[in-house]
Amino acid sequence: MHALMKSAATILTILALLTPARADEGEKLKSGYDYAVPATQAFQDDDFAGPALVFLEDGEAAWSKVDGSQGKSCASCHPDPAVEMKGVGSAYPKYDAASKKPISLLQKINRERKDRMGAKAWSWSSPSLLGISAFIMAQSQGMTFDINIDGPMEPFFNKGKKLYNTRNGQLNMACKHCHSDYADNLLRGNVLSNGLANGFPTYRLGAQKLVSLHTRFRGCEKRLRAQPFKLQSDEYVNLELFLKWRGRNIVVEMPSVRL
Amino acid sequence: MPVHRYAPLLCAAFFLLFVIAATQTFAGEQLNADQPLAGTKSGDAKAGKNVFIHRKKGNCLACHVVTSLDYILFHGEVGPPLDGVGSNLSEAEIRLQVMDPRINNPDTIMPPYHRTEGLNRVLVKYKDKTILSAQQVEDIVAYLKTLKDE
Repeated sequence: MHALMKSAATILTILALLTPARADEGEKLKSGYDYAVPATQAFQDDDFAGPALVFLEDGEAAWSKVDGSQGKSCASCHPDPAVEMKGVGSAYPKYDAASKKPISLLQKINRERKDRMGAKAWSWSSPSLLGISAFIMAQSQGMTFDINIDGPMEPFFNKGKKLYNTRNGQLNMACKHCHSDYADNLLRGNVLSNGLANGFPTYRLGAQKLVSLHTRFRGCEKRLRAQPFKLQSDEYVNLELFLKWRGRNIVVEMPSVRL
Repeated sequence: MPVHRYAPLLCAAFFLLFVIAATQTFAGEQLNADQPLAGTKSGDAKAGKNVFIHRKKGNCLACHVVTSLDYILFHGEVGPPLDGVGSNLSEAEIRLQVMDPRINNPDTIMPPYHRTEGLNRVLVKYKDKTILSAQQVEDIVAYLKTLKDE
């Protein structure tokens, strides 16, 4: 009897060690680009006159613009963004030891402006902030997302995953209903996408300007008649963390154009 | 075992189960969709069609195809087509599905159009309000009953 228990314990231990620490979601995911109609894709692919380019160029120009009490620009500390910012944007949200929680790219930009440049934080939906963030993301163009969800990040990741799977609003839907369970189905005239974050801040055709991921969250939640969280709230940073991990193998697209 | 001694008790137990099953429940609440909703006038199919189509009321074409409405472009396909629903489902079944589809399928994507129980973080202006009024539910039921198999 004792021998049987021992071998059972051995087998179970071996099985436990062989099991991956976190199973993949198992979803077949596609970029929003693949869900877009050809005309929208053409807007994104247009290297000469695409509608997102002017915002990207503004972001690039802002990189060298002096701002704040220290008389610095981004370029003062980062003179070669093509090299120094490569793979940087695609690693956010990251764990921030100072605040003991994940920090998004937009939050990091404003923190650097305040701490190093003595400049005022931009509002979360300001064209200046979105332009610079698009420029940073463009340096990670074509790269997968390098998102760490282990150690101190794990509880925040779990909260984000929970929010993704929780029904909200008078219409009583969770993100997962449209973007996982019923992706590829027609909602009125549009095919439901996987709701990934790889193209943000994206140029939205209706808004005719760059739109941040959290603004998109708010819009979705209001459509469900749910009370949305604030831009750059903990809830939305956690959700962003989950989404970027979920879609980590779908590469960064910048510029990107979406409906 | 002396079954005849327990027969009355068993009968009572089965009757109770029957009563519970006859009125569908969600989260312990009662939901009786067998009769028209209290305080409503007889359902008007024409008014129901308008509620069905209206994007801020039923908005049903967001998810459902209705071939007789094909003069309106782009019907959604998230839910099943509703052609023939008036032949395939009873009035009570239609009313139940519109009022609270969670009772038929707890994992449904379809909103509960006349129930607020179990809702979470509702936008302030819609808090404690149903998507459709009782009369709108009756009107939509009347409209859906007209969608018969050809």
